[in-house]
Amino acid sequence: MIISLAQKNADTVNVQLDGSPLKVRRGLNVAAALLEANVTQFRRTPVTASPRGPFCMMGVCFDCILTIDGLANQQACMIEVCEGMEIERQTGDGGLQTQQDDQNVPLNGSGL
Amino acid sequence: MSRQYDIIVIGSGPAGMAACKMASEHGADILLLDEQRSPGGQIFRGIELPQNQKRPELGNAYQAGKKLTKAFRKSNVEYVSQATVWQLSPDLEVGYSKAGEARIVSAKQVILATGALERPMPVPGWTLPGVMTAGAAQIMLKESQIDVADAVFAGTGPLLYLIVHQYLAAGIPVKAVIDLTPQGNYLKAARHLPRALPKIKQIIEGWQWKREIANSEIVFIEGATDFRIKGDQSVSGIEYFKGNRWQSLQCEHVFLHQGVAPNLNLSLAAGCNSQWNERQKSWTIETDDWLQSSVTGVAVAGDGASIGGAGAAQQQGAIAALGALCRLGKIEESQLDRLARPYRNELKSEMASRPFLETLFSPADIFRLPRQEDTIVCRCEEITVGEIRKAVAIGCLGPNQLKSFSRCGMGPCQGRMCGLTVSELIADTINEPVAKVGYYRLRSPVKPLLLQELANLKTSAES
Repeated sequence: MIISLAQKNADTVNVQLDGSPLKVRRGLNVAAALLEANVTQFRRTPVTASPRGPFCMMGVCFDCILTIDGLANQQACMIEVCEGMEIERQTGDGGLQTQQDDQNVPLNGSGL
Repeated sequence: MSRQYDIIVIGSGPAGMAACKMASEHGADILLLDEQRSPGGQIFRGIELPQNQKRPELGNAYQAGKKLTKAFRKSNVEYVSQATVWQLSPDLEVGYSKAGEARIVSAKQVILATGALERPMPVPGWTLPGVMTAGAAQIMLKESQIDVADAVFAGTGPLLYLIVHQYLAAGIPVKAVIDLTPQGNYLKAARHLPRALPKIKQIIEGWQWKREIANSEIVFIEGATDFRIKGDQSVSGIEYFKGNRWQSLQCEHVFLHQGVAPNLNLSLAAGCNSQWNERQKSWTIETDDWLQSSVTGVAVAGDGASIGGAGAAQQQGAIAALGALCRLGKIEESQLDRLARPYRNELKSEMASRPFLETLFSPADIFRLPRQEDTIVCRCEEITVGEIRKAVAIGCLGPNQLKSFSRCGMGPCQGRMCGLTVSELIADTINEPVAKVGYYRLRSPVKPLLLQELANLKTSAES
């Protein structure tokens, strides 16, 4: 279970995740913000469409990559949330043709 | 023409900050580039945040970093945060991007202080959502004030005990700690203990954390000889092999750790020579007494060259800067040894515990050379142990050949998560030394950038 140790009345910003509105704590990186919202599946891999989530939180594993404000394959743990940010989870390599393109396998994401 | 600095330092962890402090004291014109939002690297992550000013549970080493960070902030350095360096050329031009804009800067001397990353721990199920590294737990704790309750922590190394100690201090429930330190390591490490005496305080501190865990409510398992993570779309539990049978625990989150290894992609892509360190079971960058690499004008200091810890990194950063300053003509050669002496003495003391720690926490073969054939080795391209061994069987004799056979190592992480495993697996399969098998040949860009950024490339003189 993800626990936040921050103050209850912490500042928030409004972002969108896969088109749905989400309030996240100001100052968090995108990966931390999604984890705090209990989103643990960030993408599906290009080769087997396996679900992945953040792993290293320091920018070396490239497992937390998301499409942020239209730019694919962004390392979520390296980017700070901001008001109006549009976050989309990716299947495959974020836009290039893959074998898995026709699969519409939903990812989890409670609390949205 | 791009702006030329006296020294460009890459990385703002202890080595980078110490290098900047020293170089600034002798009047050099310095640029520091770092990928993260604020200084401190990973070990001192979030050290400037208000919520971290009074947190003794983060440990003494963390608190010590405050002094260095303050000194760094006071020094006369141009500090660019959120700068992702993607290239270092032999003529010391550094390409980096910030906020979607690529730039080239150059220097007369470069000090790489790129730090460490967690060594891979390829167990079955390690790619499932819900599995992260102990380092990730630390980062979330320090920077984001996020903890994960009821997680299982598994692996070996002081960082494992430290993060659980921090969780205990913060009152966060921990499901279990599976200590996978091979039992035989204790006796082997004991003979290195006398020489580790200068660092006995830190060793005792680590031992106290372990004892605290063992005496707590946490399920504490030692002596397991195998480990795997279960789940379909995310973690559902773990299993460990002990007492001749598999035993299981339910959980939704796992934190893995079995030591750290140098983050050497930039150094290797820049052409620095490396060597295999058998006791550390990792590649290290070859450096001389002044931390100079095989590339003229490029020094590599701290964990980014060879794992020594934050204290050692700080001394090495200062020594590397002194060497650079002398080559720049800012310090007389006759003064150099005298100025370096206190740092060399400290460094010697800091390194005293390395043989002990490296031996004690050396990961078991099974967690570096997974036996289960469907265990993923290359996370990016999803290449398994079985596929690698098969490729070797039909003639693939090295990591670079393996790229052609299978795309292993060609994903975005550029081998950071799989390189060590691949080198060792190939060596093990063909029964050759790892040093002979080699490592991935790395090329810039070492971090991705858009073609658009390159096309719009600004040299800092134009901006």
